[in-house]
Amino acid sequence: MGMFEAILLTVFAAATPLLLAAIGELVTERSGVLNLGVEGMMIMGAVAGFAFAQITGNPYLGALGGMVAGALFSLLFAFLAITLVTNQVATGLALTILGLGLSGLWGEAFIGVPGVKLTPIVIPLLSDIPLIGRLFFAQDILFYVSIALVFAVSWFLFKTKAGLILRSVGDSHGSAHALGINVARVRYLAVMFGGACAGLGGAHLSLVYTTQWIENMTAGRGWIALALVVFASWRPLRILLGAYLFGAITILQLHIQALNLSDLEFLPAPIYGLMSVLKSIPSQFLSSLPYLATIVVLVLISRNRRLTLINTPAMLGQGFVPDR
Amino acid sequence: MTGGSAATLLEVRGLTKIFGSLKANDSLDLKIGKGEIHALLGENGAGKSTLVKMLYGSLQPSSGEILWKGEPTVIRNPSTARTLGIGMVFQHFSLFESLTVADNIVLSLGAGHTLEQVARDAERLSAEYGLPLKADSHIGDLSVGERQRVEIVRCLLQDPELIILDEPTSVLTPQEAENLFVTLKRLRDEGRSILYISHRLEEVKVMCDRATILRHGRVVGECDPRQETAASLASLMVGSDVAEVRRKAADRAAGEVLLDIRGASLPPATPFSIALKDISMQVRAGEIVGIAGVAGNGQSELFNLVSGEVASRADAISMRGEAIGNLGINERRRKGAAFVPEERLGHGAVPGMTLTDNLLLARHASDTVAFQRLGRLGVIWSDMVTQATKRICDEMDVRKSAENPVASALSGGNLQKFIMGRELDRQPAVLIVNQPTWGVDAGAASRIRQALIDLAASGSAVLVISQDLDEIFEVCDRILVMHDGRIAEAGSAAEATREKIGLLMGGAHTERVADNATETGEGAHAH
Repeated sequence: MGMFEAILLTVFAAATPLLLAAIGELVTERSGVLNLGVEGMMIMGAVAGFAFAQITGNPYLGALGGMVAGALFSLLFAFLAITLVTNQVATGLALTILGLGLSGLWGEAFIGVPGVKLTPIVIPLLSDIPLIGRLFFAQDILFYVSIALVFAVSWFLFKTKAGLILRSVGDSHGSAHALGINVARVRYLAVMFGGACAGLGGAHLSLVYTTQWIENMTAGRGWIALALVVFASWRPLRILLGAYLFGAITILQLHIQALNLSDLEFLPAPIYGLMSVLKSIPSQFLSSLPYLATIVVLVLISRNRRLTLINTPAMLGQGFVPDR
Repeated sequence: MTGGSAATLLEVRGLTKIFGSLKANDSLDLKIGKGEIHALLGENGAGKSTLVKMLYGSLQPSSGEILWKGEPTVIRNPSTARTLGIGMVFQHFSLFESLTVADNIVLSLGAGHTLEQVARDAERLSAEYGLPLKADSHIGDLSVGERQRVEIVRCLLQDPELIILDEPTSVLTPQEAENLFVTLKRLRDEGRSILYISHRLEEVKVMCDRATILRHGRVVGECDPRQETAASLASLMVGSDVAEVRRKAADRAAGEVLLDIRGASLPPATPFSIALKDISMQVRAGEIVGIAGVAGNGQSELFNLVSGEVASRADAISMRGEAIGNLGINERRRKGAAFVPEERLGHGAVPGMTLTDNLLLARHASDTVAFQRLGRLGVIWSDMVTQATKRICDEMDVRKSAENPVASALSGGNLQKFIMGRELDRQPAVLIVNQPTWGVDAGAASRIRQALIDLAASGSAVLVISQDLDEIFEVCDRILVMHDGRIAEAGSAAEATREKIGLLMGGAHTERVADNATETGEGAHAH
C-alpha cells in the first residue's frame, strides 16, 4: 500500500507540469496560433522560478516569477508571429532553442545550489480520507491550480462569450475580422496565457519535482505537452486524462528500468512473468508511447470529418494580415 | 415611395478607394433614402464590394466622405457600422464553420444576449420570414443556400436601419426568393432602407425603388429600375449589349445514352447531409439535363456520387455503357468525364496556386501525354501547360491582372470561366456542373451558358445542377427536380412550367427540417 501510494504520488508530480503546459497551449491553439516554443517557455519558467524562490526565499514568489517569465518570453513569439506575421512553426522552434540556451546561461550560477521547495498544503479532514486523501488533498498549490485550470478553461471556452470569440478567431480569422473582432489582440492574449501556463509548469519542475536547477531539466516535456493537445483533440477535459496517462507512462518506465528481477522471485509466477516481460521492453519504446498514442489519435480523428471540423482550429498555424 | 421624396439616410460624396495603382472606387456619389430599396448594379470587378466594405467599415476610404443621417461619419470598423444601424449580408459568407448557428449569431450581437435566447429568437425569426433554420446545427454541415439563410437571419436580428444585401437570392429557389422579397418589402415598409446588390436584373426591376449602376469603379448611371427594361439595365452595366445565349431549336436528335444512373442510393455521410434515395436518370449525347431544387436537397451528394468523390456499386453509374460506379475521379476523367464543382475556391481550384498549377492538378492524370514528359518520371512540360492555360483564358475571356496569377486573385466570375474552360478544353463526352454561374456577373454567366450549349451541340452529354430556374430554362433540354434526395421528372424544358417545378421542389422543405430535428437531434450535440 505504502509503495503503491508513493508511486501514484510520483505519477501526480509528473503529470502536473504536463497538464499546466498543455492547457495553456490548448488555449493558444484554439485561437489559431501554433506555438512550438512550449519547451523553451517551460525552461524559462523553471530557471526564473528557481531564481526567484532562491533570492526571495519564498517559493510562491518563485512560482509567480516562473509564470511571468513564461508570459514575457511568449510575448517575443507573439510579436514575431502575430505582429510581423512570421512563419509560426519556425518562430516556435526558434523560441525553444533560444529558451534552452538562455536558461542555461542564466542558470549557471544556480547549478548545485539547494532550492526552495514548494511545500504541500494539507487540507484538514479531507486529507485523512483513506487511499485518496493524501493523494488529492495534501499536494502543493500548483497541483490544485492545474486541476482548477482545466475546468476553468473548459468553462471559459464553451460557456462564455469571450471563449466563443477566441474559438471564432481560431476557426476563421477573416470572418472574425469582418465582424469587428480584434484578431491580433485575442491572439496576443491567448499566446501570453499559454506562456504563463508553460512557465508555471516549468516552475513546478524546479520547485516541486526536483527542487534544484539542472540545465535542460524540462527534458522534452514541452513536446509531450504539445502532443497532448492533439491527443486531447483540443478538448480541455481530455487533457486531464492525457496528462495523467502520459505521466503514468513516464513513471512506469522509470520504475521498470530500476526494477531488479531477482528481488521479485517471491512473487507468484504470473506476476513475475508479467514483470519480466515489461522489463524486457526497451525503455526507449516506453518513452515514445505518448507520441505513438498521439499519432493514433490523429489518425482516428482525421477519419471523422465532423470531429475534425468541430474541434480542430481551422486557422492553426496561419498568419493573419487584414486587407486594408 | 421613390428616393427623391424621402429623407436621406446615407449619403456618399466623392468616395475613392485606391489599392496600389488601381482605383477600385473613383469619386463615387450615392444617396440612399429612408425606407427605400436601392439597387447597386455592376459587373464583377466594378467596385461594388469595395464600396460596400467601406460602408460597413471593413475598409477605409482613401478620400471622400460618408454622411449618416446628414452627419459626416467615420465608420472605423464593422462594430461602429452595426452600432450606427448598418447590417450586412455578405457575398463570401463570414460564418464560422466549426460553430453552431446560434454561436455565429451571438458573436455578431453586442453584450447581454444569452445563447438560449438568441437561439429562440433566430428560430422564431427564421420561421417568420420563411428561412427555415435549426439553431444548433453546425455551419460546416449546411449547404451554401442554408448558410445564406443564417447570414440573413443574423443581420435581421440586429434590427438594422440600413441592410446591405450582397447577392442574396443567388442560391434561393423562386419560392424562397419570393419570400425574401416579401420580407424585404415589409422591412422597407417598417421604414428601413435596403442596399440591394444583384446581378439579376429582373429582380431589381421588380423589387427596387432606385438603382445606381457602377462600371470600372465609377457611377455610370442612376435610374428608376421600374422604368427600364432588363436589357437596358444590362447594357448600362456592361457598357455594351449582353450577348444573348443562342441555342438551336429544341428538337436536337437524341443520341445514345452517355450517362446512366440506375437506382443509386447513398446513406448520409454526416448527420446533416441528405441520403440519396434510388436515383435513376439518363443523359443522352447532345442533351443538357438540368436538376432544379432547393439548396440542401441532395444536390451536392449527387454531384459527389457522379464525380466519384464518393464511390458506389460499380453498376449504379455507367458512362458510355461502362460501369464506373466504383471508380475514382481520375479514372472517370480518363474515360471522358469532366466535373465542375460548386465551390470555386478550395474545391474547383486551389486558392493559393497559380492557374497553370490548377490546370495541371485537374488534368495531370487524364492528359498525361499532353502535359508530362520523360515517361514514368512525369516531368512537367511547362511550355504545354502555359500554352493550354493561355488558350483557355483566351477562349473563355478570363480577365486577370497578371500573366499567371494565383486562383484566389481572380474575381469569382473569371475564376469560374477559367474552371469551366479548363474542363471544356478537353472536349469531355460527359460534363457534370454544379451551380455553373453562382455569384457570376451577367457577362460571364452568358459566356458560361453558351459554352454549355455549344458542348452539348458537339455531341456531349451535359448534366447541370442549378438552383437558378432561369438558367435551367435557358440552357436545358430536360428538367429534373431534386427533393429530399429523390429525383422527379418535370419533363422537357418546353413542357415543364414554373408552377409544376415549384410544386415538385417546394412546400415540403419545412417538412425536411422537422425530420432532421428528430433524426439528428443527438448528432447536433456531439461536442
